[in-house]
Amino acid sequence: MAAPKVGTFTTGLVPLPAENVDTDQIVPARYLKVVDKAGLADALFHDWRFEADGTKKSPPFVIDEPRYAGHGILVAGDNFGTGSSREHAPWALSAFGIKAIFSTSFADIFKSNALKNGILPIVLPAPLHATLMQIAKEDLAATVTIDLASASMTTPNGATHAFPIDAFSQKMLLEGLDELDYIRTQSDKIVAHEAAHPGTINTLQPNAPR
Amino acid sequence: MPQTIIEKIWNQHVVDQQEGAPAILAIDLHLVHEVTSPQAFTGLRSRGLKVRRPDRTVATADHSIPTTPRTLPIADEMAAAQVKQLEANCAEFGVPLHGWESPNQGIVHVIGPELGLTQPGATIVCGDSHTATHGAFGALAFGIGTSEVEMVLATQCLLQRKPKTFLVRVDGTLRPGVSAKDIILALIARIGVGGGTGHVFEYAGSAIRALSMEERMTICNMSIEGGARAGLVAPDETTFAYLKGRPHAPQGADWDAAVARWRTLASDEGATYDKEIVIDANTLEPMVTYGTNPGMGLPISGTIPNPADEADPAAARALTRALEYMDLHAGDSIIGRPVNTVFIGSCTNGRISDLRLAANVLKGHTVAKGVRVMVVPGSADVKRQAEREGLDTIFRDAGADWREAGCSMCIAMNGDQLAPGEYAISTSNRNFEGRQGKGGRTFLASPLTAAATALTGVIADPRTLPGINR
Repeated sequence: MAAPKVGTFTTGLVPLPAENVDTDQIVPARYLKVVDKAGLADALFHDWRFEADGTKKSPPFVIDEPRYAGHGILVAGDNFGTGSSREHAPWALSAFGIKAIFSTSFADIFKSNALKNGILPIVLPAPLHATLMQIAKEDLAATVTIDLASASMTTPNGATHAFPIDAFSQKMLLEGLDELDYIRTQSDKIVAHEAAHPGTINTLQPNAPR
Repeated sequence: MPQTIIEKIWNQHVVDQQEGAPAILAIDLHLVHEVTSPQAFTGLRSRGLKVRRPDRTVATADHSIPTTPRTLPIADEMAAAQVKQLEANCAEFGVPLHGWESPNQGIVHVIGPELGLTQPGATIVCGDSHTATHGAFGALAFGIGTSEVEMVLATQCLLQRKPKTFLVRVDGTLRPGVSAKDIILALIARIGVGGGTGHVFEYAGSAIRALSMEERMTICNMSIEGGARAGLVAPDETTFAYLKGRPHAPQGADWDAAVARWRTLASDEGATYDKEIVIDANTLEPMVTYGTNPGMGLPISGTIPNPADEADPAAARALTRALEYMDLHAGDSIIGRPVNTVFIGSCTNGRISDLRLAANVLKGHTVAKGVRVMVVPGSADVKRQAEREGLDTIFRDAGADWREAGCSMCIAMNGDQLAPGEYAISTSNRNFEGRQGKGGRTFLASPLTAAATALTGVIADPRTLPGINR
């Protein structure tokens, strides 16, 4: 499984001005019965997008509006991704074509899952976030260029803003490196730590009858 | 320098810390279930890797399995395939499995403690955000994504950044009719669903010390609903008494050595935290949520808040939308709201003490006409124990539905769900839109409040029940 690689990209904005968008909205639980990662694009925001009979709502939910087609940055309210640990959330966002999310904060597990799938969870200061939300709603031709190498973005008025990303995630994504491979480079240290900390948990062998 | 229990456990598990990189953290126990593991096993297979420590890994099926009698097959083809995949993966990689027909099956966060696998000072992970439950034992336990499940399967390690610390001190004594669930709902109502982001809670104070292990699990379970990936309680005599003699707990001299080590885990005098909050248990009432996230909760005697009173426009917008979804109106009392379904179960409140509380309320009574009451034990063991005590008969005689163990209507993946527009009072942990079935509406509450509501069919204050003094 190749690790995702992210560099520079330019794309449009999609406004989702809701706070605390939870993972049950991003992918409802009944779509978690899959055993692979494919085909989750239709599960994305499913219950906000589709009627009970499976037809798209009219008027459509914002990500289905033709005027936002192909836009890869979701501008969402505070604490995006609250709730469960389901990695199906970033899988679905990615399958739909979302490359970055702007918010004023993200839930911890979602943020970690997003980065592992090449989606940038970008925390913006409230005034800039509000400006971009307004632009997303009003200026359909507006685009933002994100350059991961310099951890900066160029907004529609040409201004450049730095955004926070930890140096490790930045390097992993720029170079397309895999976190599991990184851990495995330290196998000797894992072996040594295990020898020094034998612990008392053994799932294979009960110590007492039930 | 004085340390918190969080820092002590963290430091004991750091395998490596490179400059500018997250720590490599050793994991003591990895709990696996059918929903968030298949893609991780596929990853292992494609890389040609093994499960590094099958002896630190344990699996069960809980999320997508039916709670109908186990003699029936799994009717949902996708769920059946997922459970079958789990069985195949565990067999191929040598991972012990308490499968859906096993006597040890149950919700992953219920069986870990039951089996004595959940131990103080351990790092515990699972592809499930309610892994924080295990923090009740003084373990650092948190939910992870499927990529991380694969990392832990392969290396028994994770990449993690040191969390910030958040002391939640609950002092005083709970009033009759007020329980652990009300403490955690009150905390989340105060700090909001993002209040603990980036932090680990340590629950302390006299009210926490007075709680049983099962009550502590209820509180730690919902840490994630306050934004914290983990929440824990320092181990004490209550912890040791619960664990002693359990199948996977250390025995004999190993037990004594383990307890001596566990006693050193408590936060040092003078340890400091990044954030702190104090809650007075004496003033708490039973709590009920009215909205579409667990932070939208109020004391049961309260009234639905008004968006016009919200200073923050974003909060006002969120509240307006939530009330619209719930079809509730500002200023109305929460007591007396009709419900269609009462759900008693989940990793939050599906343990034996929860079922005893509910049974005690329902004993000799009949549930309100037209109300569906589902009682779902958290594990096969909880179910057996309840049946030994005759609780199943009490529930059935009252008109409640007594089911097999699983996550059931907490996550509504298995066919146990609300119809669009229906209301449930639920002892589970999330009231998100559609969480208990598309279009369904959830009031979160304690088992006592849920059982009191089952009798009347409308949200009822458990303090009005006979036998509970105000």
